[in-house]
Amino acid sequence: MGSMASAKVVILPMIDKQTDREPAAVKPSATQGVAAVPSANTPAPAAAEIPMPEPEQIPTVSLTKLLRRLLAQITRERIITAGLACVSLGALFLFWYLGTKYRLEFYIRFKNVPTPYEVFQQLTQVGLSNKYLVNIAISVRRILTGFFIAIAIGVPLGLAIGKYQRVRDLFMPVVEVLRPIPAIAWVPMSIMLWPNNEASIVFITFIGAFFPILLNTIHGVHSLDGVLIRAARCLGASEFRLFLNVILPGSLPHIFTGLAVGMGVAWVSLIAAEMISGQFGVGYFTWEAYSLVDYPAIVLGMITIGFLGLACSGIIRMVGNLLMPWLAFAPGGKR
Amino acid sequence: MTMAMAEAQKGFIDVRNMGVTFGANDNKVVAVESVSLNVQPGEFVSLIGPSGCGKSTLLSIVAGFVKPTSGEAKLDGKAITRPGSDRGVVFQQYSLFPWLSVRKNVEFGLKMAGVDQSKRNTTARALLDLAGLLSFENHYPDQLSGGMKQRIGIVRALATSPQVLLMDEPFGALDTQTRVVMQEILTNIWQQFKISVLFITHDIEESIFLSDRIYVMTARPGRIKAEIKVPLPRPRKAEMTDTPEFMNLVQELKGLIREESLAAMAPEIKDRGLSGFGMKVGPKGVGEIF
Ligand SMILES: Nc1ncnc2c1ncn2[C@@H]1O[C@H](COP(=O)(O)OP(=O)(O)OP(=O)(O)O)[C@@H](O)[C@H]1O
Ligand SMILES: [Mg+2]
Repeated sequence: MGSMASAKVVILPMIDKQTDREPAAVKPSATQGVAAVPSANTPAPAAAEIPMPEPEQIPTVSLTKLLRRLLAQITRERIITAGLACVSLGALFLFWYLGTKYRLEFYIRFKNVPTPYEVFQQLTQVGLSNKYLVNIAISVRRILTGFFIAIAIGVPLGLAIGKYQRVRDLFMPVVEVLRPIPAIAWVPMSIMLWPNNEASIVFITFIGAFFPILLNTIHGVHSLDGVLIRAARCLGASEFRLFLNVILPGSLPHIFTGLAVGMGVAWVSLIAAEMISGQFGVGYFTWEAYSLVDYPAIVLGMITIGFLGLACSGIIRMVGNLLMPWLAFAPGGKR
Repeated sequence: MTMAMAEAQKGFIDVRNMGVTFGANDNKVVAVESVSLNVQPGEFVSLIGPSGCGKSTLLSIVAGFVKPTSGEAKLDGKAITRPGSDRGVVFQQYSLFPWLSVRKNVEFGLKMAGVDQSKRNTTARALLDLAGLLSFENHYPDQLSGGMKQRIGIVRALATSPQVLLMDEPFGALDTQTRVVMQEILTNIWQQFKISVLFITHDIEESIFLSDRIYVMTARPGRIKAEIKVPLPRPRKAEMTDTPEFMNLVQELKGLIREESLAAMAPEIKDRGLSGFGMKVGPKGVGEIF
């Protein structure tokens, strides 16, 4: 006769292994600081009120009705969202305007801070100059190069580490040792390592983007439901097909979380690197303005960085929505 | 000999003296012990038994996910070593790929087999029509109810024209009404495809309604306790569940299963008694003493 007691003993260690795996995969993004919450946990404010489809037999008619109701709700949501966005941006602008207008001196000093008008003037003069645009172009090129190299290495490696225990055993020790070193700390080493300035800055950007992408990809593979892999095997999927048609799309939501976080860290790293070792780039532009006591240009540089970062994460989100249309219907949907 | 009969010779599952042990030493669990069973070509066979008796384990072996510790499993005389599209599997949990539309889910097996797009499309649409879900072909799985998902799971498994269909409590998560409808849909599909089915359940009526033959398993370690033929005529109708023949079979199976459910509790009690005396507890140890 079998024993229930011994069955329990077998199962427990298996569960332990799984649970200690996940935190290890999530932790890193948390230390990187920028919006590191895995996508599954991110609360979607708009989705909260959207009624879930009824569980049984939905006739097509009520589905279109449901869709219409959904649409109506989204537009109302959007109006509120846009309104609140205006309020928060307006408040920031007002604070800046009033602070510079009355030259506020209350622990923080607005004495040298340029007014919004000065910055606007700066934009119309310097803003459209060749030098400024070239700086932007160079920063964008560095970001894209570093970021795409990080994707090209991080995603396949993450998939392999997530899938194969042996690959994990081989690579994770190195990853765990290197991961806590912030990209900025790589600046001196990077200058020594690489033959020219350009390569070393791209390398730092790469380092910034790489770890969030890698770790979120690993996490994505681990959170994939094992039954999907078994189902694919039964349907005749080869190992390569399994990667391409199951593991990759199944991890995609987590990969995109990694891309969003990675892009943020990449910008932080790039700007720091440009300020320290740079020639050209928006970070260099901003730092140079400071050394030349050109205060309006500092603020222009900051705003430029903000907009570029916003555009990059916006593009990532757009591409994500295009590539993962099914997420709109996922339980606790993201949209 | 007609073509149909020649085709019907395929899909013969033969399991001999199968044993499966998980873990080692103190953690050893004998999940299945010397099980022999078969499914004849075109036959519908159910496997019924108490929870934890190794039904899923047995199915995993026939599917090719798990290797038996002893004995062997064969399909049409060939030893089963790994999963393959000659055996369709429908899982206990929902297993549709959430990132694929309903039609792409059904096409998946064909795509893996390298069938071209237009042919995949026609096959998938025909199967969806059979499942009554053609109008949902462009929906995503998350937009469907549980019953719909399971129907698609079934036709997805059939798309590659497997010789056998292995089903692990496919309707376990559904409510009674939906279950009954699904059972009828399944019998229809089975009759059209004329393939062998190994169906796992712990619903007695479901097993009688669907099967030609039923194997009853013992509590863990799972063995075959009884083999029961279901002489009810086909096609089966929902009304048949009220006939005395049906009722008698239900009673017979209930008796067999109750014994096993009681037996499933007993070792737990015995184990506790033994460990109280500081004795090593394991399936083997207990077996030796009792
Ligand atoms: N991978 C595994 N490692 C260790 N033990 C396992 C493993 N898989 C199953 N077992 C054990 O084997 C026994 C049989 O499990 P199985 O899942 O086959 O039962 P089942 O009959 O399908 O139960 P249910 O009806 O609840 O689904 C259980 O006692 C379980 O603890
Ligand atoms: Mg089971």
